[in-house]
Amino acid sequence: MTIKNIYLDNNATTRVAPEVLDTMMPYFTDRYGNPSSIHRFGGTVRKEIDIAREKVSALIGAHPEEILFTSSGSESDNMALKSFFYNHGPKTKIITTAVEHPAVRNTARILKDRGAALIELPVDTDGMLSVDALESCSIDQHTIVSCMWANNETGVIFPVEKIAAFVKEHGGTFHTDAVQAAGKIPIDLKQIPVDYLAISGHKLHAPKGIGVMYIRKGTPIEPILHGGHQEEGLRAGTENVPYITGLGKACELAIQKMPEENGRVRALRDKLEEELLRRCSGSKLNGHKTSRLPNTTNISFENIEGEAILLHLDESGIAASSGSACTTGSLEPSHVMMAMGMPYTFAHSSTRFSLSVYTTEEEIDAVINVMPGIVKTLRSISPFVEQKS
Amino acid sequence: MWDYTDKVRDHYLHPRNVGEIEKPDGFGEIGNITCGDALRLTFKLDAAGRIEDIKFKTFGCGSAIASASVLTEMCKGKTISEVKQITNKSIADELGGLPKEKMHCSVMGEEALEAAIAFYENGGIITPPPEKEGTVICVCFGITDKEIIKAITDNNCKTVDDITHYTKAGGACGKCKDSIQSIINTTLGLKSSKDKPKVKLTLIQKIDRIREVLKNVINPILAADGGSCELIDVENDIVTVRLQGHCSGCAFSSMTLITVVERKIKELVSNDLSIKLG
Repeated sequence: MTIKNIYLDNNATTRVAPEVLDTMMPYFTDRYGNPSSIHRFGGTVRKEIDIAREKVSALIGAHPEEILFTSSGSESDNMALKSFFYNHGPKTKIITTAVEHPAVRNTARILKDRGAALIELPVDTDGMLSVDALESCSIDQHTIVSCMWANNETGVIFPVEKIAAFVKEHGGTFHTDAVQAAGKIPIDLKQIPVDYLAISGHKLHAPKGIGVMYIRKGTPIEPILHGGHQEEGLRAGTENVPYITGLGKACELAIQKMPEENGRVRALRDKLEEELLRRCSGSKLNGHKTSRLPNTTNISFENIEGEAILLHLDESGIAASSGSACTTGSLEPSHVMMAMGMPYTFAHSSTRFSLSVYTTEEEIDAVINVMPGIVKTLRSISPFVEQKS
Repeated sequence: MWDYTDKVRDHYLHPRNVGEIEKPDGFGEIGNITCGDALRLTFKLDAAGRIEDIKFKTFGCGSAIASASVLTEMCKGKTISEVKQITNKSIADELGGLPKEKMHCSVMGEEALEAAIAFYENGGIITPPPEKEGTVICVCFGITDKEIIKAITDNNCKTVDDITHYTKAGGACGKCKDSIQSIINTTLGLKSSKDKPKVKLTLIQKIDRIREVLKNVINPILAADGGSCELIDVENDIVTVRLQGHCSGCAFSSMTLITVVERKIKELVSNDLSIKLG
């Protein structure tokens, strides 16, 4: 039997869109000049960077001069927090959530070890952050609040608009890791007072190795990579022209495909979710039912283990991911599942399916058909399930 | 993706001898759902004292399933004294090797087999696991210094990561990693590396930060169970707190204290702090 690949791990990374690849190719072959050079090899590609910057800014309602190209979402997150710490020193207070991506979580913890105060706000059992929790914190000009726009594991969308407004009202700085949200749901920074925002190219069909740091006009920022004058002196290193143009194209495509993402893709996700919850007994949805990215569903199957589920799915050509301890070599289930207070009988089996605009109904049907059998097989060998025979 | 051998893959996709034997001669159970893996092993002997039938049930990842499955094949037809020779190493070897992060799965096989043999030798009585020798180093997984030393001497573990792969110690909150390192240093006769300089908080800073973490992080979590926690005193690195509401009369209050309050305060304020009940 030939196995067709069914890729449902788009929150981990996405395929490079064919249009993006076509956009990038000339910058490897013919237009390889350094944008800082005087000759036309360089001069003409400089303009392409500016065009890409405009396209990126259009995706999030920003001004082009507020867009800085980096190597990744992680670099952008590091830059926001470390730059703030450079400027505020030991007076720095970082308020973040218990479910942040390691790019924020570990950076904040390292800065704590160097003298910053740190608060990680808890979430509820739906993985939702309560704005009340933030409102009880004291915030001043030395405070940076870093709260992801949407969670990578559950897809839960946080009330960023309210949080940002609250932080600004109290004179703090607001950073958001929008790596999962950008390109999937509308973001308009003209309406929401975000100071720093991080985007990762490879989550929206651009290649790995390119990211964006949004810096609101007037917000202080310190470079963390020093050297040449590139990116207005804020990030040294010759511009990655092919990837920057590719990211510009990917943002343009994301704007075009936003209605499809929130229509067709959402409908497929809903079908997958409803059918798995209906066909597999002892299953439960992880994360808020409605305030959620249109492409993500995270489901636990009681008393079985996530890596075993993924290995069986893989045999059917299906790629998904799990919050199980065993998949990463760590021995504790995902910090997101633990922060949601999930019982261990469910935490080890959390399974995430994340779709993209390339996902088809046929693929979703295949998962719906294969999953109940996998759950049954693994329960039959689980010592925590009483045998009915 | 783990680099599993074809044999591991074959065993987790098609596990052998799944199930449970009624009225077994041998019965062993290791692990629990909190740990993330568990194994129940049952066997029956024939008239000649050889293992006639052996079955397993497991909750765990691909390598846990494969380790248990191959173990049942290794035991079949053997006498008790023969299966006593089986170690975690021989289980892993039989599978053509396991990723190093997964070696604890083979250790679970060895331990379940030991428990099943003990059941048989005690005339069919489940003996509670003998009181562990030594001092518990890893609170999360209940691993003692003796077990860590055994992993160093028997499985050639040289680093904290090695110890975690074989025993799980240090794999959850990670607070015991320094202690594990010093056990490795002592056992292997190494010199300890110098601690990196840490930021020293003033007493006022400590109190401020602890109060803030209690209010914004810990109390919202305890509130879910109708409890709360109040700061009484800070003296050097000893933080005294009082639990109130449902927490105060709860038999698990000291557990709550260690798992929630101490962990969060260490994570968010300083690793040097320890908590006591006032």
